[in-house]
Amino acid sequence: MKFGLIIEIAKALMLARIKQTMVAAVGVTFSITMFIALLGFMNGLNDLLDGLILNRTPHIRFYNEIKPSEDQPINVFEELTGFYNIIRSVKPSGARVNIYNNEAIIQTLEKDDRISGIAPKITVQVFFNVGNVDIPGSLNGIQVVEENRLFAFSDYVVAGDFMNLQNTATSIILGKGAADRIMAEIGDYVQVTTAQGNRLLLKVVGYYQSGLGELDNIQSYVSLATAQKMIGESASYVTDIQVKLHDFTLAPAMAKEYSTIFDIQADDIQTVNAQFETGSDIRSMISYAVGITFLVVSGFGIYNILNMMIYEKMDTIAILKAIGFSGTDVQQIFTSIAISIGFVGGVLGLIFGYFACLGIEQIPFETEALPTIKTFPVNFNPKFYLIGGVFSLVTTYFAGFFPSRKASKIDPVEIIRGK
Amino acid sequence: MQTSTVIEAKKINKYFYSPGKVQVLKEVTFSVNKGEFVSVMGKSGCGKSTLLYVLSTMDTDYEGQLLLDDHLITDQPSQVLSQLRNEKIGFVFQFHYLIHEFSVLENVMVPGLKLNKLSREEVEHQAMEKLRIFDMHEHAFKKANQLSGGQKQRVSIARALINNPLIIMSDEPTGNLDKKNSDIVFGIFRELVQEFHQTMLMVTHDSELADKTDRTIWMEDGKIVSHL
Ligand SMILES: Nc1ncnc2c1ncn2[C@@H]1O[C@H](COP(=O)(O)OP(=O)(O)OP(=O)(O)O)[C@@H](O)[C@H]1O
Ligand SMILES: [Mg+2]
Repeated sequence: MKFGLIIEIAKALMLARIKQTMVAAVGVTFSITMFIALLGFMNGLNDLLDGLILNRTPHIRFYNEIKPSEDQPINVFEELTGFYNIIRSVKPSGARVNIYNNEAIIQTLEKDDRISGIAPKITVQVFFNVGNVDIPGSLNGIQVVEENRLFAFSDYVVAGDFMNLQNTATSIILGKGAADRIMAEIGDYVQVTTAQGNRLLLKVVGYYQSGLGELDNIQSYVSLATAQKMIGESASYVTDIQVKLHDFTLAPAMAKEYSTIFDIQADDIQTVNAQFETGSDIRSMISYAVGITFLVVSGFGIYNILNMMIYEKMDTIAILKAIGFSGTDVQQIFTSIAISIGFVGGVLGLIFGYFACLGIEQIPFETEALPTIKTFPVNFNPKFYLIGGVFSLVTTYFAGFFPSRKASKIDPVEIIRGK
Repeated sequence: MQTSTVIEAKKINKYFYSPGKVQVLKEVTFSVNKGEFVSVMGKSGCGKSTLLYVLSTMDTDYEGQLLLDDHLITDQPSQVLSQLRNEKIGFVFQFHYLIHEFSVLENVMVPGLKLNKLSREEVEHQAMEKLRIFDMHEHAFKKANQLSGGQKQRVSIARALINNPLIIMSDEPTGNLDKKNSDIVFGIFRELVQEFHQTMLMVTHDSELADKTDRTIWMEDGKIVSHL
């Protein structure tokens, strides 16, 4: 009831200066709109760029690195223990990139419920034989269905049906860049030679485009079985085991854990892609900084208008105090004005910001490099709206704080005498 | 019937410090009884307004003691003083201070709403009644700045009355009005005292008006020189 009166007086004062009040509110609206649009757009881009890498990167990758054995035979030689054994120019022996006993490993991993999916892979270095020229390439032998489930493989197959890779024997999905270079159309046959010297004719069933030009120039896909056939290995031959987790933050710990259990190399996504995280963080930080700067500027607008209002309404403040309003009451009146401006401006800002995001989402954005993207990406995370709303209230409260306190300290006697 | 004291000042001293230390009230001691109509007179600059501001509790920078309704109010926290001002003191200024953003009726209602003892409807009804006393009820829904000076003054008296205060203080309420309007306002004051037994303390320059009050306090250079 008493608070109702304070609101009523605040309303009357605002209506008396409706234009300035509206200008102040528009300032808040504008800054919140920009804040939402900026964060939505920036984070949309972040997600896109992160997705480009992170969605297609396994959270943990197990593989055998070609490197010299740590335990050279001399160390096992009992008569020489306790001596310094120095060996120069150690070379790796018979490169065994196959993951030994990979079926057992996969079975073990499948029992771990932190893991959401496992996809084995074979990488084969080949040459595409185009007339007299040999163009180097890298073939990934994949389990088509699992690869698609875990790494959205089909999103990046820009021509042809990705399932043909599994359904057509000895088929290949060429990287877009590679396809352009060897001028292969869908339905054509390309001849490849593996590093071991095996030759094979592969039928082109599609194009693959990741958006990363360098990758598309050399990377192509065949099925796991085709890859095994090419290098003349049995069905148990696998060079990589890719693992996706439910919670990818566990990756570093789990990589270490399984690396020791299985005694193979394990890379986690955080280590491999540290720079992407940093990039996203910096972009977010910049958009927050810009958004908050807008808000602070609009805060100064509110500060000015309240100061002006208080200056003009000295008489009213003096009367209110003479008829029994305390300093706190007066302060509350002006604080409510500030908060109302912030609230109305903020709510409108959130709505306009949402519409701005919808608008940005409609702007066509087509680029060779990003086949799945047709318009600008926007992130509609409610978090930004919450932050925007809270910030609009907080800044207006602080903008109103000092003028309100000034108003509360006005001495009515001085004003009444001054007439 | 025993007469009770509404307001009592005991040895009030007040100084101003700019430009130099000047004593404007010197050992001012007096009291106003319930139902009394007291006027304060004296030369310009003798400290009448200053005294009134001290009595009104808006000015707390003084020495001595002030009792309202037999309670000591000197050195009470400002929150308490605001409450007292709202409930027990009505103030009428020389310059009709109304809130221009509000209608006449709302202006009268504000102290009542602030007091928060009656519902909004009841306060509105009371405010209408007070306006009727001064023949201002027809103007109730006008904006405050659409009234003449005399009308504004009548509205501010109605506002001072809304919470049925113990005492109404006024500083030259007729000082800014012509003869006709000042007679109307003074007539209202008399009526309030006679019919409603309202206690009044009024600063004035008009000895003709002062003569018609129950008692006149004469001040000279910050001191009370006579009670008549
Ligand atoms: N804020 C102030 N600072 C310093 N001196 C002041 C201040 N206010 C008033 N005075 C001085 O105090 C004295 C009393 O002033 P006051 O306003 O009480 O006189 P008054 O009796 O009401 O005069 P008037 O009849 O002209 O209204 C004057 O000499 C005035 O100059
Ligand atoms: Mg005076």
